[in-house]
Amino acid sequence: MSTPALQARGLVKRYGRVTALDGADFDLYAGEVLAVVGDNGAGKSSLIKALSGALVPDDGTILLDGAETRFHSPLDARRAGIETVHQTLALAPAMDIAANLFLGRELRRPGPLGGVLRLLDKPAMRRQAQEQLDALGIETVQHIGQIVETLSGGQRQAVAVARAAMFGSRMVIMDEPTAALGVKESRLVLDLIRRIRDRGLPVVLISHDMPQVFELADRIHIHRLGRRAAVVRPGDASMSQVVSLMTGALRIGEDGAPPDVSGAE
Amino acid sequence: MSRSSTLTACLVTTALLGTAGCTATKSGSDSGGDSSGPVKIGLVTKTDTNPYFVKLRESAKAHAATKDAEVIAVAGKFDGDNEGQVAAIENLVQQGVKGILITPSNSTGILGALKQAKDKGVLVIALDTETDPKEAVDATYATNNVTAGELQGKYIKATLGQTPPRLLLMDGTPGGTVDEQRHRGFLQGMGLKDGDPAILGAAPTNGDQNKAQAAMENLLQRDASVNAVYTLNEPAARGAVAALTAKGLAGKVAVGSIDGGCQGVADVKAGKYLATVMQFPKKMAEQGVDAVVAFSKDGTKPSGFQDTGAQLITDKPLPGLDSKDTAWGAQNCWG
Amino acid sequence: MANSTATAGPLRNRTAEAFLHNPALGPLGALVVAIVVFSVTTSTFLTVDNLSLVVQQSLVVATLALGQTLIVLTSGIDLANAAIMVLGTMLFARLVTEGSSPVLALVVGFVVCAALGGVSGGLVTWLNLPPFIVTLGMLTVVLAAGRLYSQGNSWPVTDPVLGLLGEGGYLFGQVRVTHGMTLAVVMFALVWYALTQTSWGKHVYALGNDPEAARLTGIHVGRTRFSVYLIAGVIYAFAAWQALGRIPNADPNAFQTGNLDSITAVVIGGTSLFGGRGSVLGTVVGALIVAVLRSGLTQAGIDSLYQDVATGVLVIAAVAFDQLARRRSR
Repeated sequence: MSTPALQARGLVKRYGRVTALDGADFDLYAGEVLAVVGDNGAGKSSLIKALSGALVPDDGTILLDGAETRFHSPLDARRAGIETVHQTLALAPAMDIAANLFLGRELRRPGPLGGVLRLLDKPAMRRQAQEQLDALGIETVQHIGQIVETLSGGQRQAVAVARAAMFGSRMVIMDEPTAALGVKESRLVLDLIRRIRDRGLPVVLISHDMPQVFELADRIHIHRLGRRAAVVRPGDASMSQVVSLMTGALRIGEDGAPPDVSGAE
Repeated sequence: MSRSSTLTACLVTTALLGTAGCTATKSGSDSGGDSSGPVKIGLVTKTDTNPYFVKLRESAKAHAATKDAEVIAVAGKFDGDNEGQVAAIENLVQQGVKGILITPSNSTGILGALKQAKDKGVLVIALDTETDPKEAVDATYATNNVTAGELQGKYIKATLGQTPPRLLLMDGTPGGTVDEQRHRGFLQGMGLKDGDPAILGAAPTNGDQNKAQAAMENLLQRDASVNAVYTLNEPAARGAVAALTAKGLAGKVAVGSIDGGCQGVADVKAGKYLATVMQFPKKMAEQGVDAVVAFSKDGTKPSGFQDTGAQLITDKPLPGLDSKDTAWGAQNCWG
Repeated sequence: MANSTATAGPLRNRTAEAFLHNPALGPLGALVVAIVVFSVTTSTFLTVDNLSLVVQQSLVVATLALGQTLIVLTSGIDLANAAIMVLGTMLFARLVTEGSSPVLALVVGFVVCAALGGVSGGLVTWLNLPPFIVTLGMLTVVLAAGRLYSQGNSWPVTDPVLGLLGEGGYLFGQVRVTHGMTLAVVMFALVWYALTQTSWGKHVYALGNDPEAARLTGIHVGRTRFSVYLIAGVIYAFAAWQALGRIPNADPNAFQTGNLDSITAVVIGGTSLFGGRGSVLGTVVGALIVAVLRSGLTQAGIDSLYQDVATGVLVIAAVAFDQLARRRSR
């Protein structure tokens, strides 16, 4: 078995008397789509925030390729190659596609123009943005200078995903990427996720949409009461079993180690 | 984005330079070429809202109509809007007016623009408020505010008779010329000096009724033994009287004022305060219009300070003081 | 998604998109129309010296509006800008009158104005207070400070350095160009460059658009927002210097409506009060439109009450236009 690209052990996060993470574990392997499912309030988003640096856990460890790491801010996680596509997309609607792809990571001209005058290299950003969209097969947008608010929901999602894929070298986290989309647009985004996985970049997919999870995921991480309740492969379990695991109607293993993990080797 | 911004920048430049370029020849020919048509007179007041300036504007317009002249009225946005008045003067000069009648917001703030106007051969007359120095304008038509203050002072002093005064002063805007002159005149009339212990307190009101009321309320909290009140103008007087009434002092305190607005005259008639000193904005406006019309005909320029008069209005005349009653006041008031 | 374009109508969509890319286009059209109308209806408007005058008349408000633009782009608003500027003029004038060197007075004035901008920015950024409230408080405080410092007087300025921006020469022997005009061009160009050609500018737009999105993309939202208020403060100091060039008299009662005038120029210039959209160029145009209206209507013999009506109508029209353009592009 290879070392997980990202591993978390015993993450704890408390807010006053509320425990959001209660010794949560997490494993993500290279080249897979890992779905994270769980009921509302199960601590999914706290888990994701801990992995993307948006919150600092009170206890527990995060390991990147086996080496222990601490994230103090989203920037730390990003520097480690972890990109997140937030449910809100985190796009600036009045700015164009190229500007959004490079938001916060703008390219400057080489030499004194960029160094002293801080001049942006807009042609380079446009070129690279276009290359990225082409590489991901995003052909629905007309041109790279289009203002984001003139795009459809699916197109915006595609821009956000393209940005994550562009800068994510270790993994991409996607929070409910199709929740706001229609059937046709969801299809486009799911294709995009597959293409990213096929390029070798692991994807963490948070979703409520069970059919979608079963269609796309290589493994399913089931979160319950602030910790990992089970990990299953879509082929090994039915949707109703997964839902039962989510709600606690079905439990696996008294020691908390789901039997499927060994089966997943 | 950059390309379209650049394009827009070019358009603006073209628009401005282009228009400038194609009319470069026009600027010379127009400067003196308005001998035909009515005489144009610019009127620049401090604000558009004060009824005093409304009267000034209406009188000027009505009088101009009888003299084949036209008045363009422009005002600052608020008392103290030098920037607005300067722009107004510049625009009026550009427009080719023969003369400008102005009530300056600040006695020194607009001197540069006035000088430019005079240099271009425009007759400049200050109405109501003097400039500092007075030579900045050709002539000034105004109330002698020292006299107006003095009339109020003398009347209050005569009303009190032998009673030693215990005085509160409702001043205007700190640093204002009119404010300073009326204040000084009033104290002269009372035979007092600034700092005299008879003055229990003073407060700036900006000539605003609300501010005056609040100021008076606060002063009365400190010392309610007042028996006489000076007010810069009638709104200040109304504010002061409201505060006095609330304290149960109405009628026990001698309040005087200055302005001669119709509401002020009515207030005096109703006994809210004893007397007011009337100004004559209509006279200022008419004399100003006449002066510009005369200047446009034969080039005669008025000069110096012309007092448009101040008249004590009261229904309780006192010996030795020339006064008119409120019936006369109601016929001659403004606003 | 090619069909989404087809449903909206390609031409309409393209026009609307052009306005989205450059919100200054609409105001620019209005400015050109106003200039044409006044040129036709009056014989005195379209002259070289009048156009120079119009620019001079718009300088102070335009400079205030430049700082205001930055703050409005971050979805803030600055009600205290004119009060800060007026305090700046008082500092310049009184310090020099009392014998300090004009350069020192300028330095002190600039530092104070920048610091006051910084105070507003700090309160907005790190205490998370609404800009409207913060600057309303600052307005009152700074206004009072100006009146106290002025001792109730206006302070005439005779020093050539303080009056420098009102001086100038003639271009092509005819067009009067003051140093203030030159300085304004330089300042607007600099701010335009910073806003459109540097990362900082992109971040200003992004945080005005959606501060949470900006934070998630790794932009230092707090630092950027604070820098905007600080820079605006410096710009207000320049406005103070411009004001003394125009009227050599520091008056504590002056520019009482300067804050609203600057907001007017910003809004007419097509910058959205919701933040994240707009341009420096629009603000130039907005300030010029107000001055052009004032000048043109006066020369057409129209009283100032109606001039205010025209300006007010234009503000509403500008906002309505902004909304329509954005709705159409969807």
